[in-house]
Amino acid sequence: METLILFAPLIGALIGGFGWRLIGEKGAMWVTTGLLFVACFFSWIVFLGHDGVTEKVQILRWIESGSLSTDWAIRLDRLTAIMLIVITTVSALVHLYSFGYMADDPQWKEGESYKPRFFAYLSFFTFAMLMLVTSDNLVQMFFGWEGVGVASYLLIGFYYRKPTANAAAIKAFVVNRVGDFGFALGIFTLYYLTDSVKFDDIFAAVPALAETQVTFLWAEWNAANLIAVLLFIGAMGKSAQLFLHTWLPDAMEGPTPVSALIHAATMVTAGVFLVCRMSPLMEYAPEATAFIIFLGATTAFVAATIGLVQNDIKRVIAYSTMSQLGYMFVAAGVGVYSVAMFHLFTHAFFKAMLFLGAGSVIHAMHHEQDMRNYGALRKKIPYTFWAMMIGTLAITGVGIPLSGWIGFAGFASKDAVIESAYAGTDGGYAFWMLVIAALFTSFYSWRLMFLTFYGRARGDKHTHEHAHESPMVMLVPLGVLSLGAIFAGAIWYGSFFGKTNEVAGFFGVPYAEASEHGEKDDHSDDHGEAKDDHAAKDDGKKKKTSYAFTGKPGEGAIYTHKDNHVLHDAHYVPTWVKLSPFIAMMIGFLLAMWFYIWDPKMPKRAMETNRPLYNFLLNKWYFDELYDAVFVKPASMIGRFFWKRGDGDVIDGTLNGVAMGIVPFFTRLAGRAQSGYIFTYAFAMVIGILVLVTWMTFSGGAH
Amino acid sequence: MIGLEHYLTVAATLFVIGIFGLFVNRKNVIILLMSIELMLLAVNINLVAFSSFLGDLVGQVFTLFVLTVAAAEAAIGLAILVCFFRTRGTIAVEDVNVMKG
Repeated sequence: METLILFAPLIGALIGGFGWRLIGEKGAMWVTTGLLFVACFFSWIVFLGHDGVTEKVQILRWIESGSLSTDWAIRLDRLTAIMLIVITTVSALVHLYSFGYMADDPQWKEGESYKPRFFAYLSFFTFAMLMLVTSDNLVQMFFGWEGVGVASYLLIGFYYRKPTANAAAIKAFVVNRVGDFGFALGIFTLYYLTDSVKFDDIFAAVPALAETQVTFLWAEWNAANLIAVLLFIGAMGKSAQLFLHTWLPDAMEGPTPVSALIHAATMVTAGVFLVCRMSPLMEYAPEATAFIIFLGATTAFVAATIGLVQNDIKRVIAYSTMSQLGYMFVAAGVGVYSVAMFHLFTHAFFKAMLFLGAGSVIHAMHHEQDMRNYGALRKKIPYTFWAMMIGTLAITGVGIPLSGWIGFAGFASKDAVIESAYAGTDGGYAFWMLVIAALFTSFYSWRLMFLTFYGRARGDKHTHEHAHESPMVMLVPLGVLSLGAIFAGAIWYGSFFGKTNEVAGFFGVPYAEASEHGEKDDHSDDHGEAKDDHAAKDDGKKKKTSYAFTGKPGEGAIYTHKDNHVLHDAHYVPTWVKLSPFIAMMIGFLLAMWFYIWDPKMPKRAMETNRPLYNFLLNKWYFDELYDAVFVKPASMIGRFFWKRGDGDVIDGTLNGVAMGIVPFFTRLAGRAQSGYIFTYAFAMVIGILVLVTWMTFSGGAH
Repeated sequence: MIGLEHYLTVAATLFVIGIFGLFVNRKNVIILLMSIELMLLAVNINLVAFSSFLGDLVGQVFTLFVLTVAAAEAAIGLAILVCFFRTRGTIAVEDVNVMKG
């Protein structure tokens, strides 16, 4: 069954991509989509039937060279099962959605066939992504990692007639290579130290790695920290974390379904998945996780600030994605991998839906993407409006405060992240950054809603008159995803962020009653009402039992060090911490109301009084300009130097000099010897004979 | 008594005359052919001289072959010469430089 899930998209991609001339455009689209739905169906069976025990399915032996032994195998544990449903569900819905969205694309001329190619790329992407999440070793994972990179490149540059799309595709590829370099170095280091790339061997060797020193560049490093940081650099590239994030907003040049599938729900979360997958290593690398927390929190904040002022509807959502990825990394960094996966899981639903909703709006508005030209679309496209509304409620985290889980998907998972951040950093930098980012998230999400659906119609009148609701194939995926956006958080709250024993059971990690009972109770005594809350939930159990993870590295899907109580502590944070994301959300919402509903002149005034700040944010903190000056310009100068001087002068010059100077010189000399007179040749022959005879005479001939 | 060295001396002299006839002569292609013939004869004298000196008949048999081949060669050479004269109208060696590089 796992094999079927894994290879159905590949078969779909091959048939759709190479065989569409035989089965027709419609045939190719139905084959790829149908196979994806089959994969999706079986994924849900796997996920719901999974009992937390890690299974392995051997497919083939891949690389056997010296002591390197790499199998092509599926490692099916809870992490993989979660990723399976996320990927196949979103992918299947995006395939379906593309039927409508890609139906008449103005980028293509009449009679050009582009749909089979699009669907084949989508299916190929899905295959690569599944390969990534099911891998049993780092090399196979790297294969999937690069596969999604290729698919992303192909799909961002899908409109290859647009120069901006090509540039964005190249940028995405190049920036990702920087991250991949770190990832590859991490794999090399692991192989160098543990002599294996298999997860089982690596996890078993982690405690030893934590005590190993390794020389890298100019200094000695702790091996676990070094490897964790190197792997995280790979994750930074894929998951668009700060400094390697510049490709993600530009990737919006691709068709909107691509943005929903690759740049919101699946590929960009591969970094989070990697960190969670390597949880045993991360647990032994405190400096590395501190770095991850810091960078994740900063990314969440920076991306949210940029999102505040962007005008392109897709870019707003892109920065929102980047910001939410920062949340996930903070959760993973503080050691609550289940919460990181929780946010990944819910985020996939509501963010894919926001993107598909935005696609529906763009479709309705004849491929207009600037929100300044929207407005008052609520009545024109009601279904899209409601879908976007649900998505916005989910991402801003609307729910009943203090209930924990009663609310939209984002409420449960985001609050879990923020509480974990508080517990994990003692209310430090990361916590505050995330709360502020939550405020901004709420503001820009509502700003998007208000600008698009409320107010008066702006922009081209004709376009507004012709705005139309999208066809059913586009609305059905929105409906399905909105179910996920509403319920995913509430249903799986306990599994991802419940009591330690629930989470441990869900992820198949061994657990036991905590040994340091006294110490734990002290912990919760500080927050009396939290404890009461907890006790009430325990259904009359008088004595509170707390559990702790006891597994060894590699047992179960995630590993949590036995001194890591963040998951437990996160339930007993002060009440104001639990309320903080809700309050932030409300402030953001009211600000957006004020700016865009009550006083629509306000944004302009605010913009004019804070012109430098506005420009700073609008230009994305000048990251692109900075990189352009620091990396791109010098690189292109070096390139130009090598092209003009190196290639032009040295290589071409050498060839030209030899071919046009030296060789003709010698040919002229040789030509002069050819007098054409027989006697000259005869004379030369005689001289030759004379020389030979003389030589023979003096050297004694054959003797 | 006329010994081997006398024959060899005559042969060498003839050979050198032939060589010089080849590349000192700038006038006539026929003289070239004659020079080649002269060199072949010098070789023949050598062969016969050694044959009688060593008491081995193979040398003299070989001489007959050489004479035959030389006759054939002279015939072909003269034929080529006639053709050449018809096309170029001259057989002066100085004018034969079509192979100039």
